[in-house]
Amino acid sequence: MTLTVGPPATYADVVRDDATLRRFLHGLPGVDQVGAQARAAALATRSIKKQSKQWALDLAIRCVDLTTLEGADTPGKVRALCAKGRHPDPTDPTTPSVAAICLYPDLVAVAKAELAGSGVKVASVATAFPSGRASLATKLADVREAVGAGADEIDMVIDRGAFLAGRYLQVYEEIVAVREACGGAHLKVILETGELSTLDNVRRASWLALLAGGHVIKTSTGKISPAAAPPTSLVMLEAVRDFALSTGDRRGVKLAGGIRAAKEAVRYLVQVNEIAGPEWLDPDLFRFGASTLLNDLILQRQKERTGAYSGPDYVTLD
Amino acid sequence: MSTPDTPSSEREGSQRERASSERESSQRERASSERESSQRERGATRAARQALAPVGPAEERAWEYAPAPESRETARLRESYGMFVDGEFVGSDRTLKTVNPATEEVLAEVAVAGPADVDRAVAAARRAYDEVWGPMPGRERAKYLFRIARLVQERSRELAVLETLDNGKPIKESRDVDVPLAAAHFFYHAGWADKLAYAVPGRPDPRPLGVAGQVIPWNFPLLMAAWKLAPALAAGNTAVLKPAETTPLTALVLAEIMQQAELPPGVVNVIPGAGETGAALVRHDGVDKVAFTGSTEVGKEIQRALAGTRKRLTLELGGKAANVVFDDAPLDQAVEGIVNGIFFNQGHVCCAGSRLLVQESVYDEVLDKLRRRLTTLRLGDPLDKNTDLGAINSAEQLARVRELSDLGEAEGAHRWSPPCELPDRGFWFPPTVFTDVSQSHRIARDEVFGPVLAVLTFRTPAEAVEKANNTPYGLSAGVWTEKGSRILWMAQRLRAGVVWANTFNRFDPASPFGGYKESGFGREGGRHGLEGYLD
Amino acid sequence: MRKTYKLYIGGAFPRSESGRSYEVSTPDGRFLANAAQASRKDARDAVVAARKALAGWSGATAYNRGQVLYRVAELMEGRRAQFVVEVGDSGSPDAESEVDAAIDRWVWYAGWADKVAAVLGSSNPVAGPYFDFSVPEPTGVVAVLAPQASSLLGLVSVVAPVVATGNTAVVVASQARPLPAVTLSEVLATSDVPGGVVNLLTGITAELAPWLASHRDVNAIDLTGADPAQAVELERAAADNVKRVRRAPRSEPDWTADPGTGRLAAFLETKTVWHPLGV
Repeated sequence: MTLTVGPPATYADVVRDDATLRRFLHGLPGVDQVGAQARAAALATRSIKKQSKQWALDLAIRCVDLTTLEGADTPGKVRALCAKGRHPDPTDPTTPSVAAICLYPDLVAVAKAELAGSGVKVASVATAFPSGRASLATKLADVREAVGAGADEIDMVIDRGAFLAGRYLQVYEEIVAVREACGGAHLKVILETGELSTLDNVRRASWLALLAGGHVIKTSTGKISPAAAPPTSLVMLEAVRDFALSTGDRRGVKLAGGIRAAKEAVRYLVQVNEIAGPEWLDPDLFRFGASTLLNDLILQRQKERTGAYSGPDYVTLD
Repeated sequence: MSTPDTPSSEREGSQRERASSERESSQRERASSERESSQRERGATRAARQALAPVGPAEERAWEYAPAPESRETARLRESYGMFVDGEFVGSDRTLKTVNPATEEVLAEVAVAGPADVDRAVAAARRAYDEVWGPMPGRERAKYLFRIARLVQERSRELAVLETLDNGKPIKESRDVDVPLAAAHFFYHAGWADKLAYAVPGRPDPRPLGVAGQVIPWNFPLLMAAWKLAPALAAGNTAVLKPAETTPLTALVLAEIMQQAELPPGVVNVIPGAGETGAALVRHDGVDKVAFTGSTEVGKEIQRALAGTRKRLTLELGGKAANVVFDDAPLDQAVEGIVNGIFFNQGHVCCAGSRLLVQESVYDEVLDKLRRRLTTLRLGDPLDKNTDLGAINSAEQLARVRELSDLGEAEGAHRWSPPCELPDRGFWFPPTVFTDVSQSHRIARDEVFGPVLAVLTFRTPAEAVEKANNTPYGLSAGVWTEKGSRILWMAQRLRAGVVWANTFNRFDPASPFGGYKESGFGREGGRHGLEGYLD
Repeated sequence: MRKTYKLYIGGAFPRSESGRSYEVSTPDGRFLANAAQASRKDARDAVVAARKALAGWSGATAYNRGQVLYRVAELMEGRRAQFVVEVGDSGSPDAESEVDAAIDRWVWYAGWADKVAAVLGSSNPVAGPYFDFSVPEPTGVVAVLAPQASSLLGLVSVVAPVVATGNTAVVVASQARPLPAVTLSEVLATSDVPGGVVNLLTGITAELAPWLASHRDVNAIDLTGADPAQAVELERAAADNVKRVRRAPRSEPDWTADPGTGRLAAFLETKTVWHPLGV
């Protein structure tokens, strides 16, 4: 993954002014909603069994950003979550760790301490998450604090109001500024697809975020409904695929919000495999933002291991 | 692909210019354009793809889906199947063996109807019409049809697996398309049985025709049986149905379902056999109405044979549909539509989008996406739930597909298939794309009836219409564009009985289906479809 | 075990919020049951439930609605014996035939769901380069005053056409003969018909009708079972939000006759769409 800020050379002049950026984004091929839903539904019929299911469950766990984003979060809660993320299943040490713990900036330091030496990353939301309604200065300060506390990854939100009002360049420049404030931290750009409403907007917002240098485009804050959904993820995976084909630069996708069942997660992995490509089946390029999903993945993993259906008593609640 | 010298519209001409100069210099000042992104992609694509080549052997990185076979036992396959005449299953001294095209194993022996059997079947249908079905009030006929629909739903898994074994199509298609649609056809037409007064404007009391002789093909065996029987019965006719020689089994289980539904004997008769049986049926004096779905060649024979008789006729024949993709199409969905159009059911579809007409300005982009997409198509065991492309239905059909494909190459078109491992037993053909095809190539005119796509280009909407219509066929067409008025303009001008806009291969019992020109006449489905079975 | 005859609102069976009930007897005075006596608040709640259910029901495919309604007929068949008793108790001279006819009538309307558009819609040959088509669409929430005499066949004949086309309904059952209606709502509750699509109120027709006729969130009203003394007043009240009104007949119709498409069309709007044809 390249680390330059701003658009790849191929697209440099697309962002020179609002009008040009709008023509570019509006010039992207449209998405037929019914067709996209049909393709997502067809991919959902893939039957993933046995060895391929076990592999998928393990990959899914490795791709989880285990998340807590509540007003009531405390250091105690965060420590418990970190322990869970490192060793998701105390009954089975072969269970992989998750990719990252995702939380609010003021708890980053707690998580950093807990996860030292584990390989599990600390991702922090920032930029006046979840609404994004604050001045740019406030949003950047938010980012810098999180980065200063040791966050490896930053999950920012775009200004949906500006996007829906057509002020694309403003949205773009904010992402660029946040990317700069990230320093070496990886940037995930939350599009809040539920507010963008149409798949055409999802495609445009995806491209805008990629042009601005986001490492990962992310569906949702998880705070509103609808959040991640199969046609949405399909369009985002197409965006990173097409971006990679035209620039040589692979960026990632994170799906967050409402994904609770292992079965859904495996379906999304099928999408990743068949839309973007097998290269994206990797925590560097794909994540699930989730909390309850992890336990269902563990339950399914236990079932694959023991041959019997498991139950809530056999997974930890942290 | 050559760039034509002939003058073209201002907009398309300047786009092409922009594309070629971009390849020369990336420092060029770009004029604003809605299509800039595609020009950009074309330039950087090849270099970028190399940069993206996965590191390490493919096996280490790929996620192989484990086999997920549906259970064969569900089909409740028997060693032998009788024909269904006058409410009973009876044997015959002549039989045929039906084969699983994916493995070449013999599935079962099936009784073949000779001329005497055809006589008996028609007589049974006549008696049932005169004495039972004809006088029966519509709301009572409806109940039988509702019952049949329910039973098809209840036995759907069995029917789906059996269909896949006998036909070679992937289980996910028989499960998700063929069987549900068959049930839907019975449900839909059940509701017409007591509403015939509303079916044809100006005819408050339409009468059925009598005995229908129906001959169906091997590509959607159960579904074609439903398409034929449901409207005939709803309208008050009785039927004698001849399923295709290579796929008789689901029609016979459907007959069993009719027995379970206590359909009065003789209302439906199913007589397996080959061309001779079909010919005897359609020529039989006791038949009032003939409905045929199959090749144009045989359709013409039937039309000739029925000349001067009182028999009513509907025909649903071959096609060579144009799938037209404009530069403002929703491209990813258009690619899905192309793939679905020609590879659904292995291309064994009369309305298959077998000619891709792509606007020259997006040719590279569309073909790149198409080729990439085809690498994710899974060909193999039709009983595996993850299989997308199944077997060719018979050795004969495979030979024909091969012959036409070889001809395509000989004619100078460029042939391409994604890397594809074909099983060593069975009848298989990889998904195949021919580019550099022109209208004068046989590969662009002859119906292949297999997973073979011919790609042609066009410059303007008028040219697209001209090329799309330049065929003796006229069953269906596809139009891909985000511009509504263009969809409607194209739909108005395309000489095809079914126009799919921004979609393809959509079927519904409420939606009339049928062709123009040599693709046949008459419609199936919808209010219009009833007219063929009413006086 | 004696059954309790309650209201059916939003897929649930509440008693009237007023706590009232009234006696239901056979025509010759034998006590049958106490039925809930719905209040204006129950009617109000029923309209809310019907409105809530509308988007989902009208948004379902016509095929799906047909399937769901067909299943209702299957369940009615299963309850045939109970219906025969209740219809007999309501004074029907031939309860068995009436129940059979009611089930057939329901099946008839179920089969219309995916055919109405083909029969009542059109493509219109306007004199210009436009594609012009007209489609029927459900009007919305329909209040139905079920017929007073025919407790099941008449009931089915007024309810089924309303919902087959995608409307939702608030139904006031026959005042003196409500029991088959309550059994029908039990059938609906155990079928796949979503809660709120059909809501059933038992009680005093003349008390409930004005509240429904004047309700601004009701789009249409069928006055078939209206108290004749009230019918004109109800029609006037309905004008307040320009409701589509199906007027009270002079006398109760012969429900065995062929219904035609009148009741299907009565609660449909026609939407006409224009689109240019051009490259």
